[in-house]
Amino acid sequence: MVKPMKLTNKLIFLAALLISSPSWAILQIEITQGSSSAQPITIVPFDDSQILGGLPVDVAKIVSDDLTRSGRFKVLPRGSLLARPSTQSQINFRNWQALGQDNLVIGKVTADASGKLNVQFQLFDVFKGEQLTGFAIPAKKADLRAVAHRISDLVYEKITGQQGAFSTRMAYVASTKRGKKTTYKMRIADADGFGARTVVSSSEPLMSPAWSADGRRLSYVSYERGRSAIYTQTLSTGSRVKLKSFKGINGAPAWSPNGKQLALTLSKDGSADIYIYNVTNRSFRRLTTSYAIDTEPNWSPNGKEILFTSDRGGKPQLYKMDVNGGVPKRVTFEGTYNARGRFSPDGKSICMVHRVNGDYRIAKLDLKTGFIHVLTTGTLDESPSFAPNSSMILYSTNDGLKSILAAVSSDGKVRQKLRLLGGDVREPAWSPFK
Amino acid sequence: MRTTKNLFVALVLSAALAACSSTNEDGSGDAGVDGANTSGVDASGVYTGRPLDNPNSPLATKVIYFEFDSSAIASQYESIIAAHGAYLAANSGVAVALEGHADERGSREYNVALSEKRAKTVQNLLSLLGAGGRQTDAIGYGEEKPAEIGHNESAWNLNRRVELVYPAH
Repeated sequence: MVKPMKLTNKLIFLAALLISSPSWAILQIEITQGSSSAQPITIVPFDDSQILGGLPVDVAKIVSDDLTRSGRFKVLPRGSLLARPSTQSQINFRNWQALGQDNLVIGKVTADASGKLNVQFQLFDVFKGEQLTGFAIPAKKADLRAVAHRISDLVYEKITGQQGAFSTRMAYVASTKRGKKTTYKMRIADADGFGARTVVSSSEPLMSPAWSADGRRLSYVSYERGRSAIYTQTLSTGSRVKLKSFKGINGAPAWSPNGKQLALTLSKDGSADIYIYNVTNRSFRRLTTSYAIDTEPNWSPNGKEILFTSDRGGKPQLYKMDVNGGVPKRVTFEGTYNARGRFSPDGKSICMVHRVNGDYRIAKLDLKTGFIHVLTTGTLDESPSFAPNSSMILYSTNDGLKSILAAVSSDGKVRQKLRLLGGDVREPAWSPFK
Repeated sequence: MRTTKNLFVALVLSAALAACSSTNEDGSGDAGVDGANTSGVDASGVYTGRPLDNPNSPLATKVIYFEFDSSAIASQYESIIAAHGAYLAANSGVAVALEGHADERGSREYNVALSEKRAKTVQNLLSLLGAGGRQTDAIGYGEEKPAEIGHNESAWNLNRRVELVYPAH
């Protein structure tokens, strides 16, 4: 009786493994609310007829998905393509004008005798019939996804005037529960969710990923030794350093823009307070001194102010103070729960977790007008993280019993769910520009 | 100072006795009473094991539940904490880990701080009741280790807690 049970369990386990491991990497993108102001653009499939056996990835599809996700573009569906030009002379601009297209991207992938690839693309203004930009990018087959994201950046930048963030990455926490055992993983993926890999795995909680300003290192909180501690891991080598830890909380790491200081939360002196760790002389300086909870520090883009959550007024609200000390100033006044604030990289706004009628949503506070704009519609939305160009916000939300990642454009007009199958995913942290 | 402390202990312990009988009468009810339900247990035999294992003792309750965004101890748990404090005071070789938790609502690091505050509140009470500084250890796990999965009040009620974890128990 016992043996077959075991076998069955093993079989089920194996089947689960077979089903879950490939899907772990599959990411579905669905636009939950489109924007009417999106610009119409056509991305013609790139000509790869000269490549023997074809290409492992569809470059034009990656560019189309990137531009769609940004909410700024409406990409013409492939079924509506009138022609598939790959050189300027093949383009009949009038036809694309008739389809209401503003812009057109064409491209071609060729290989030299040694097998090295060359990806060339051109972006056109359909009405003027003029090329706006065009590049030839040498590539290896394994780099094609990266090349496609680079093309998305160049197109986005040319048309919107804003730096594209498609070549960036995200870190997030994933957890899977099997019986009583939970496995926690810190993962890094491209900003579109592809190419995910685990950088650390533990049977105890992992939390609070925070990128270094240069994007080469990731700090995070791990309970692997039974208590919380902050680790900083160099992503290229996997080697990591444990920050000196203290009794109580060691949490909420946040790197300063110049990379010389780390803001963090410690409770060694009683209540949770913000401290500043100086990398150069390895000293810790206490910043907040209240008896209340002070946590979730975040640096202003100029590195002069620290934004943090505090319940010193009875309920959690956002405060900010000079990084060198002084009196904290309350930042949020609307609502009874505002927490985990993040400055936008352009310094114009703050995003945060904001409670509305018992639901937890992502809201954006305009620092100039003081106006709070609720961007999401979930009930348990948390951990907002700005794209380095401030155009979008990644956050986590729940979908049934599962926790998933989602993105919303900073104007709240376009939301999309990034459905990563096979586990609960949360705490997305958008990397800085490379 | 010492007399004040003893007086406090006496008060809390008398509350403990009162609470014990009411627990036996009412096994269900408020959120979190699940862990404190001592009714329906046959206590007729002579109990010889550790008092921590005695289902008829307030020490059998090892989970304290909290209100949302609060670290205040609800009155029904004062007697239970008093019993644990008295037990620790009488057994200086015994240590207990106080593992604080929060429900999933709100932000994660704030919840770590909130759950540690809950654990420290229990710790402070235990030390007032005579537990030595080395006998208790407070840890905040935030919302990372839910006792119950679910996005609803009943799961949240069970997740806002401090677990008193005795070694090999």
